[in-house]
Amino acid sequence: MSFRKLGVRTIALGYLALLLLAPVAMIFYRTFEHGLSPVWSSITQPNAVHAFWLSLEIVAIAVPLNTAFGIGMALLLERGHFRGKAVLGTLIDLPFAISPVVVGLSLVLVYGKTGWLGDWLAEQGIQVIFSVPGMVIATAVVSLPFVVRETMPVLRELGIDAEQAAETLGASAWQTFWRITLPGIRWGVVYGVVLTTARALGEFGAVSIVSGRIEGQTQTLPLFVQDRFENFDPTGAYTAAVVLALLALGTLLAMNLLTRRTHRKVAA
Amino acid sequence: MAIEARNVGKNFGDFVALEDVSVTVGDGALTALLGPSGSGKSTLLRIIAGLETPDTGEVLIGGEDVTHSPARTRGVGFVFQHYAPFKHMNVHDNVGFGLSVRKRPKAEIQDRVKELLGLVRLDGLASRYPSQLSGGQLQRMALARALAVQPQVLLLDEPFGALDAQVRAELREWLRRLHEEIHVTTIFVTHDQEEAMEVAEQIVVMNKGRVEQAGAPRDLYESPANEFVMSFIGPVNRLGDAFVRPHDIQILAQDDGTGTEALVERVVHLGFEVRVELKLHDGRDIWAQVTRENAQELELREGQILSVRLPSPRVFAG
Repeated sequence: MSFRKLGVRTIALGYLALLLLAPVAMIFYRTFEHGLSPVWSSITQPNAVHAFWLSLEIVAIAVPLNTAFGIGMALLLERGHFRGKAVLGTLIDLPFAISPVVVGLSLVLVYGKTGWLGDWLAEQGIQVIFSVPGMVIATAVVSLPFVVRETMPVLRELGIDAEQAAETLGASAWQTFWRITLPGIRWGVVYGVVLTTARALGEFGAVSIVSGRIEGQTQTLPLFVQDRFENFDPTGAYTAAVVLALLALGTLLAMNLLTRRTHRKVAA
Repeated sequence: MAIEARNVGKNFGDFVALEDVSVTVGDGALTALLGPSGSGKSTLLRIIAGLETPDTGEVLIGGEDVTHSPARTRGVGFVFQHYAPFKHMNVHDNVGFGLSVRKRPKAEIQDRVKELLGLVRLDGLASRYPSQLSGGQLQRMALARALAVQPQVLLLDEPFGALDAQVRAELREWLRRLHEEIHVTTIFVTHDQEEAMEVAEQIVVMNKGRVEQAGAPRDLYESPANEFVMSFIGPVNRLGDAFVRPHDIQILAQDDGTGTEALVERVVHLGFEVRVELKLHDGRDIWAQVTRENAQELELREGQILSVRLPSPRVFAG
């Protein structure tokens, strides 16, 4: 190996180690510093368990929503011909450009008690802000672009020949979508879903504003981590952080295994 | 099923793809749409299939107006230029797709796929994926897939365009025999006049969105309607406004006074055919096509001055 190659590798790995590996390793180390029993009591306390399930619940609603929306929007942007397509394409990226805190605040302005839809929602007996619906909306907004952006290039590469072939063979639009289009773009969608899930699990800013951070009620795992940290319970904070990291890792691993298995099937 | 396109017009933005095109294809016929790229031949094929909608005119299949029917109800088998394989399905599922979306029983699909793979000579490859097939095999898979639903009409877009010369020749021959066997009304698009002449019973010559001439290959060759058809079908020499076929030029062994003097500039041996490039005494360039034997008898050499007899040239009005 040449000197230059070695140098580039050292810098790249060093950068990664300083920014990512070392902090994550430290969290793991601190968590298990005093053995397993404080960890166990931390993750079994009711607020932690509640935060864990709440986070999963939000992900379980927001991710499928964004997946369906993302595929639909990608099809529209890639295959549709209409005025304002470029504007719509730019709008989709807006959640990346706006700070999550601003997203949270703007949701309060629309759905809050004094917001636009506040009165009407109150009459219907629906509470959005300081409750789960608002948190789902906030999570969906900040993770909106992933599936669209990952699906569009795959859709472009797939082309329309196969879809038209299916049509001439008698397939309905619905059959063509499920049997030709979706399998053709699945890697893009899967990758988009992984990114969306990771982002949704970790979302802090927007959810923090719309949730009101009520312990045991509207506290997700990231909010719980901050709460423990501020209340001088480092073990609680570290433990929850490790659980979050493991969840994210699990998602990546599951998708990786899934893609690999299907890849092998296709190549066989 | 007979196919008829009546006064079909189609524009893509400012580009006129088809202008008042009318074509009739008889039941069971094998027809070629022949023309250079941009002549509108593929667009016409796609309009017949229902993959494009014409701006004006009608399409009739078996006497029924299908202009506004969706592709999936037209009973048309379409083979795409690049085969459009379903890459995530194996050969069996590709070929069986049309039956499977019609919810036919598994056993029936299995039997039909097996029969079709035999017909297109892909037996034993049912579990392969498209990425594991050669161009010629993909082509035949695409054809089997189109035939599986027993279409009334088979449409092929540049079916041999992406294949190498030898596979091309084989598939041409095979397509013609297949057509004799199953007798489904077939239209294929090509830019290769030799291919059209060899395979088709009827040729529709297209240029710049219009039909120049339609007829049997021999009729087009022997009595072309205009300059374009004459020069697109078969080799041609242009002498001012007139056209002469190279094989109609006679090279005389002895000048008997009826010929024109010419200088042999180049002799190209192409196997059976020998191409002789000549300069006439008035300075015009022309080439003649002679057989190998003929060239030997005449002892053709570069730099030789000899006598040629030109046939009466064909002149097209306008």
